[in-house]
Amino acid sequence: MVSEFILRAALAGIGVALVTGVLGCFIIWRRMVYFGDALSHASILGVAVSTAFGVSIYLGVAGVAGVIALPLFALTTRWQSMDTILGVIAHSFLAIGLIAASVWGTGLTLEGILFGDVLAVTWTDVVVVWAAALGVLGFVAVRWNNLIAATVCDDLAASVGVRTKVEQLLLSLCLAVVVGVALKTVGALLITAFLIIPAAAARSFAQTPERMAVIASFVGIIGAIGGLAASYYLDWPAGPAMIAVSAGLFLVSRLGTVRI
Amino acid sequence: MPVLITLQDVTVQYGAIPVLTGVNLKVAKGEIVTIVGPNGSGKSSLLRVLTGALKPKKGSRLHAVGLKMGYVPQKLSLDPTFPITVRRMLDIPKRIDHAEAARVSDLTGISQIWDSQIANLSGGQLQRVMLARAIVGAPDVLLLDEPTQGLDQPGAAAFYQLIADLRDTMDCAVIMVSHDLHVVMSASDRVICLNGHICCEGTPDVVSTAPEYRALFGTGTKGALALYRHDHDHSHDHDHDHGHAH
Repeated sequence: MVSEFILRAALAGIGVALVTGVLGCFIIWRRMVYFGDALSHASILGVAVSTAFGVSIYLGVAGVAGVIALPLFALTTRWQSMDTILGVIAHSFLAIGLIAASVWGTGLTLEGILFGDVLAVTWTDVVVVWAAALGVLGFVAVRWNNLIAATVCDDLAASVGVRTKVEQLLLSLCLAVVVGVALKTVGALLITAFLIIPAAAARSFAQTPERMAVIASFVGIIGAIGGLAASYYLDWPAGPAMIAVSAGLFLVSRLGTVRI
Repeated sequence: MPVLITLQDVTVQYGAIPVLTGVNLKVAKGEIVTIVGPNGSGKSSLLRVLTGALKPKKGSRLHAVGLKMGYVPQKLSLDPTFPITVRRMLDIPKRIDHAEAARVSDLTGISQIWDSQIANLSGGQLQRVMLARAIVGAPDVLLLDEPTQGLDQPGAAAFYQLIADLRDTMDCAVIMVSHDLHVVMSASDRVICLNGHICCEGTPDVVSTAPEYRALFGTGTKGALALYRHDHDHSHDHDHDHGHAH
């Protein structure tokens, strides 16, 4: 019989992987990798703020990420990712967040913030992760046609009445929500990896955007389960182990030219 | 012929820089209108105003009730990580059934390449795919932004012939931005010569002999040289009517 904490960890990891796989596709299609990075680094400040004011860590992180997503969004015009300014913001928030965590956040460990602790999640955490994951997935599914049109060509989307700026903003806010709920599970540094690596691995196998999104989620889930197994049997740290398994799948995807 | 789209006194600015000033334009059912002009003359902006993607700073855009538009963009902003087949491209922005997909593919000759990735197509194939996507649902007006950019001359000529055929089959209006002055002209009912404002317009033979057009593009092979001269010589402070605008 599998221990209950492993079951909770697996469910939380699968929930995170499910939604990061799909959102991660948009991150790489729309060249928002640095944007995701900046957002997840900024979320560390959210951890400190929630601890200081005694609010739910989920609300604190998603709130701070959402607030930061707006100026980041304004700074990021498509296809011109403003690497420099995003890099400055990402690392500044990382530093400020760590200072705030050290001043306010009694009981917070650096490793916990950066890498999460999937083995320590509670049933409440599992429910929150799944509620957010399904909520965001449902939202993306409803807007799917618009989001894909805006990704293919701004002018084309605009010519059929899609408000491309609005779509991009909604995508950024979805990302903020996911960063908020995923932080406790996989940590700030690994969230970007959870977004990018499964999506990148899925690319080689996919012929259409829909298939790529499904395969990315699938790769993320295999990574989550495989990482937990490695953690359980080999005593690897769980979060990094999940990423390592996904990265392995990415390598495999590049070796073959299999098409599904 | 009923008018499909009307622009009244349209002015577009990017920041403080005026791109289009006082543009009046009517597009009627079934006509092929070609917009020509040098780089930076506001051709693409005018097309985006016509599609409704760009809101003019001043002036208005009116269109027929229930107007259906098909738009062929100048280029796609596809990242190589974005997988999409030809058949899936036809489903943008909305899913279409296979009968409609087969119809537009037959008209544009892309039925054989449904399973190809967009990224692997030649320039001519890609343009035909984007044209097929644009004619889904039989639009009243087709708008094309430099559709033959990157095609060689036979490719461009074939593409223009395809557009002329489509106009005859579907009885739609065609508004096209173009660089290929000489090829375009013969296929067009009306040519609009643009340089921040409408310099002159009319049937191809009227426009090609208009002094404003000559000033912008010169004649024949001297076109490139004339274009260069234009940047220094051609004055835009006049606002007169040569009587050939209709």
